[in-house]
Parts: sequence; C-alpha cells; structure tokens
Amino acid sequence: MFSRAVRISRVAPIRAAQRAQTASVAARRTVTTNAASAQVDKSSIPQSDEEPFQIRLSDESFETYELDPPPYTLDVTKKELKQMYYDMVVVRQMEMAADRLYKEKKIRGFCHLSTGQEAVAVGVEHAIEKSDDVITSYRCHGFAYMRGGTVRSIIGELLGRREGIAYGKGGSMHMFTKGFYGGNGIVGAQVPVGAGLAFAQKYTGGKKATVILYGDGASNQGQVFEAFNMAKLWKLPALFGCENNKYGMGTSAARSSALTDYYKRGQYIPGLKVNGMDVLAVKAAVQYGKQWTTEDNGPLVLEYVTYRYGGHSMSDPGTTYRTREEIQRMRSTHDPIAGLKQHILDWGVAQEDELKAIDKEARNHVNEEVAAAEAMAPPEPTPKILFEDIYVRGSEPQFIRGRTTDEVFYFH
Amino acid sequence: MSRYLRPAARLAATARASAVRPAATSPFISRAAAVPSLQKRTYADASGVKEYTVRDALNEALAEELESNPKVFIMGEEVAQYNGAYKVTKGLLDRFGDKRVIDTPITEMGFAGLAVGAALSGLHPVCEFMTFNFAMQAIDHVVNSAAKTLYMSGGIQPCNITFRGPNGFAAGVAAQHSQDYSAWYGSVPGLKVVAPWSAEDAKGLLKAAIRDPNPVVVLENELLYGQSFPMSEAAQKDDFVLPFGKAKIERAGKDLTMVSLSRCVGQSLVAAENLKKKYGVEVEVINLRSIKPLDVETIVKSVKKTHRLISVESGFPAFGVGAEILALTMEYAFDYLDAPAQRITGADVPTPYAQKLEEMSFPTEEVIEKFAAKLLRL
Repeated sequence: MFSRAVRISRVAPIRAAQRAQTASVAARRTVTTNAASAQVDKSSIPQSDEEPFQIRLSDESFETYELDPPPYTLDVTKKELKQMYYDMVVVRQMEMAADRLYKEKKIRGFCHLSTGQEAVAVGVEHAIEKSDDVITSYRCHGFAYMRGGTVRSIIGELLGRREGIAYGKGGSMHMFTKGFYGGNGIVGAQVPVGAGLAFAQKYTGGKKATVILYGDGASNQGQVFEAFNMAKLWKLPALFGCENNKYGMGTSAARSSALTDYYKRGQYIPGLKVNGMDVLAVKAAVQYGKQWTTEDNGPLVLEYVTYRYGGHSMSDPGTTYRTREEIQRMRSTHDPIAGLKQHILDWGVAQEDELKAIDKEARNHVNEEVAAAEAMAPPEPTPKILFEDIYVRGSEPQFIRGRTTDEVFYFH
Repeated sequence: MSRYLRPAARLAATARASAVRPAATSPFISRAAAVPSLQKRTYADASGVKEYTVRDALNEALAEELESNPKVFIMGEEVAQYNGAYKVTKGLLDRFGDKRVIDTPITEMGFAGLAVGAALSGLHPVCEFMTFNFAMQAIDHVVNSAAKTLYMSGGIQPCNITFRGPNGFAAGVAAQHSQDYSAWYGSVPGLKVVAPWSAEDAKGLLKAAIRDPNPVVVLENELLYGQSFPMSEAAQKDDFVLPFGKAKIERAGKDLTMVSLSRCVGQSLVAAENLKKKYGVEVEVINLRSIKPLDVETIVKSVKKTHRLISVESGFPAFGVGAEILALTMEYAFDYLDAPAQRITGADVPTPYAQKLEEMSFPTEEVIEKFAAKLLRL
C-alpha cells in the first residue's frame, strides 16, 4: 500500500521539498568537532595567571533546540587553561596506562577507555562545583578522576587491589567518590538514577545540579525517556547529556537511532548540542546549563559530539565497523588535547617548554601513581573481606552463606 | 524409578484414612472467618489490644516514619491524590503534602531508578509498586542499582530504600497479576526481603524496613489488606519495630513443623486447628516474616522437636521459597527428620482466571490439612 502511495506523482514534489529542507537544515546545524576553534583578542590576555580574560567560541560550537544558545564568550584564566590541559593529559595517560596493563593481562574483565573523549569529563568538571553530582556509564575512569578519585586508586581498582577506589570490589565500571555515583554497568540505568540525584537536590534545596551522562547507544533505552518525562514534570535540576561518540559498541548512531539529533530527543525538554572535542565549549555549555536548570527551568538534554579512538572495550579493536582513516582523521585533526595545546601556544598562555613541562609532570604523576597501584596488595582472600559491605556495617544478618555449609560466615 | 525418588514415592503411596469432608465453598471466605478468632485467643487477656486491618497497620507505619524523619518520602502510582490504589497511603497526602507523598507517572523502571538515585543521595524513599507484578519492569533497579551498589562501591555508597507493594495472587486477576516474587528477591545478595502476615507484622516490618540502611523489599498481600488482626499495645506505639531474620512461632506444636509466610500463615493456622480437632495432633506453625535473611535456627529447632516439616507458600514450585526451606532442613536437620520434608506451593501454571481453576493453583486450607495428615500418616 505504501509503495503504491509513493508512486503517485503528486507526492513527488512534496518529498522533494522535504528533502531540500532537510538538507538545508542539516547544513545549517552542523556542530564543528574542531578542537581549536575558539578565538581571542590577544591584546586582552593579561600577564597574570589568575586574571580572567574573555575568549570567543566558534559560531559552530552549539546547536540548540527550543533554547537560546549559551553565550559564545567564556571567561577563563591562564591558570585554568593550563589546569584543563593538565587534567586532559592525565586522563589520557591514565587510560593509556590502563590499556598497557590490560594487554599485560593485569586487568581482568571489561575495560572501557575514554581516549579521545577527555574534553567531556574535564569540561564538565570545570563547569560545576564539587557539591554538584555526576553520574555516568561504564566508561567512567576520567570522570572518577575529575571528581576527586586519585589515579592510583583508579588504576588500583582496575588491578583489583585492596586500596582501589572501590576496595577491589567494583572494577572498571563501578567507581564511586563524593559527588560521583558511578560507573554503571547496565546501559542506560544511570539515567533514571541520575534523575533521582537531581530529585534529591530539589528535595533538600540549594542551587545544585546533576550531570547525567550516557552514550548514543544508551539513548534508545526506554528508561532514558521515562527519566526525561519525570525530570520535566517535576522540573528537576538534571543536565542529561548524551556523549555521542558515534558508535554504540559497533553500531553506528545512524544504524541505531531513528533520530540522531540526540539533543532533540527530549522532545519537550530544550536541547543543546555541543562540540564535545573542545573542552572550552563543553565548559561553556555545562556552565550555562547549570545556571539554567538551577533557576528552576527544569532539565536540559545536551549532546556532546565526541569520538572514541579505541574500541568499545579492550576486546574490540574498533576497526570492523569504521575505517582506519576515520579514526586517523579524528586523532590527527580533532584531538581535544592537541586543540587546547594549540590555543595555549597561539594565545601565548604558555610557551612550548612550559607545556612540555606540564606534559612531563602529568606523565610522571601517572607513572608514579601506576607504580604505586601496582605495588598495592590485592584484598586478602578471606571470608571477612569477601562478605564485608554486602550490607551496611552493623546491619548485617547474623551470618551469610558461602559455597557450602562449611563456609558460613558469622558477623556477630 | 530412581532410588533417589523412593522416599517421596513411598509417601505418595501411603494409604490414609480419608474422612470425606465438605470442601470449603471458597478458600478466601473460610480463611477470613477463621483467622481472627485464632488470633483473638492468643491475646485474650491482654489489655489495650485493638483490632487493626493490615491496611491500617501499614498506613500507620508510613505515617509514623514520615512524621519522624524528613528524609523519608513515598512515591508510586496513585499514592497521593487517589489515596493509594489499595488505600494503603490514605490521608498521607493531606497530612504530609505533595513534597513527601508523590504521585508518579506509570513508569515503573523510571521511578524505581529515580527512587534509587534519591536513596544514593541520602534520602530514604519508600517506593510503592501498585503490585510487584509491575515491578518486573523495574527489577533491574531493585537488583542492580539498589542491592549491589554498596558492595560494588566497597562500602562507601549505601542505599537506604524500601520497595513495597502487594505481591502474589489476588482474587480473579489471572496470570499477569498473580505472581509471587518472594523467591526472586530472596535470592539477591544485598537485599533484605520481608513478607508480613498479620497487622503487627505489617507495621513492625515496614517500619524496620524504612529505618534499615539497606534496600529492603516488603512483599505485602492484597488479600490481607482488609483482614483484621489484634494489635498489642506495644505494637500500637510509634517505636514498634520487628527484627529482620526472626521468624515467629504463631502456634506451638510437637508433631509437625509447618513453615509458612504471608497469607499462607493464616491458612496453615486454620489447617493446624482442623488437624487438632480431627486427629488430636499439634502442628507448630512458623510465620517466617523475613525471607532474607531466613531464620534457619527457628526452623531447625522446631524440626528437632517435631521431626517432620512441611513448607507452605503460594509461589511457583520450582526453585522457590519452599525449595530453599527444604534444602536448608535437609542440610541442617536431616538427622532429626522422621519423614521426608515436603512442600506445598502454588501449581506450576500461569494462574488461570476461572475461580475453580484458580483455587486449584494455590494452597488451600483443605490441601494443607490433607497433605499434612498424609505426611503424619493419619
């Protein structure tokens, strides 16, 4: 029936018109993934590290849906730019260390790296306060670090050590620290949980917000839309954010999503698409989003356009569903770290040797922390440690059963 | 036939004097009439005892906890303006306002996840499911988000949340609304699971659940909501809580241990009374109250005394609460058993709608009585 309908000639002009419209819309609304697209009036850059100056983001940094765009200007200091650079390098180095340790078979199970996506974790943290909340998916190492986890505790966790961030109980996907609620191994499950964090912020009062991250793959989970609905209904201070790295495992966004404009997926929630390769654009967007949502305007749906260099997890070479050229092009021309580095040099924020020193400091820091993590002891394989923290201490049942009736562990 | 099956086969072949008794017209009616009278006897000379329906007991528990702790709130479908689909939350909106008593959209997975998030953030949500049949949509958040987070975080991220609602079958609601999830939740490390029977159970266990710093699943029963039970003076106070992991011996006996939970406790008590009248045997009826942790000690102590055990529950037979009780009895009390432990369960069938077929799908007082008599070779 459908095929008969489209054969009718009068349909053709309408379809053609639609196509033309779609094309023009697409052309108008493309966010750049250029990591070094911001501009500055060099004469305005102060000598002091602490004094703020204004940068101008590219016109193609944002696209909006039912929302006024954020200001295209952002106040930064030299110190902050250097800190952002340092943070991204540490995250990159940490992920590379994890990659190496995994290949040395020292890390077990799943390990999802965020190489290429550093600007999101770093940009988010630089836009919010420690008292705000963050929750993300299993690709969580960078966020755990930015929220205050140490490199040694994160790598220690990957190595299954007692002094790991979750005492060796959680592994790669389950990291928690103050204001950071994981790390969730179930695709999309963090989205309603994150809405609950925002709910609690509203319940207890105060100008706080929750940044909730999920991938383009997770964006098709039903519970994401359930969370959108309640967040809008109850005007929760939730900044939903799709980290669109173009692939949910090996399925490209276009093959999984009927609408790949993830920032419009909230339908009745305003959306903001951001250049997720540019840490400055991410910061500007999240800062604006936080202000917007804490003014009781309800939630926002952000889309961070980003790219992961590696495979979905360590077991995925990441080359069967995309070309090596594509990866190479993103790495060489859109890299978030290289982009910020270029700005720092061009704007005279730091000289080449100072940046090299920062690079070295970051690398040394990660190396030292990894060495410290490797020296940590694994949890002792005792029933006491196996059975601790299943229930809150002091509220445990009298005993918990092991594998046989001989292995019953008594708490009291 | 395999020799492993022989003991049970022997039991099945046992001839039994089967005095023909008129079948109860409806298992629901006979149970409703018999249970309170049994209970009244228990409290005959206590002073200050009041009759409470299970619904009122739950309502009082919620009201007291909302009153005493501002971190406690209740959310779920129709809990506020509608006063609760089963009126358990009646009057709470008027008393505590819409900040504390929150109507959700019909979005189980979403609001269960949201409630878990609020709990991770330090609040103490009570997440009501209109029935646990609908909670299957949300079970990922109960199991993966609530129960496992404390352990996965190495003990730094607690989740104080209470999931509650009616569980198991009601009258004439067919397969999708009749499932018993005791065994499902009872199998998950990190959860505590309780199933109240009486009004005291309901109040004491729900209050304990809300106060417990861990995720707790409270499996109520729709058919019990309207049933009245005596409530002791102590239980009427706002500091009344029942400990988890402690079963209650509802009726002492020396000839058979009957382990039961939720609504089946009342049926077991009626069956026990009938067995006494007809055969002069004393059945000990244990009300589990708590499914996880399970009070093995009380069960084993009772078996040491009675040497026979039967479990009574309304879940599906395979891998159920009864299966667990029998396995534990075998592990810990095998030498004290004079006969193979037996279980009475729901039938292995998606619950049918027609009344007589439905009756065949769940334990009735008559089935319990007959099967117990058979086990006792009466």
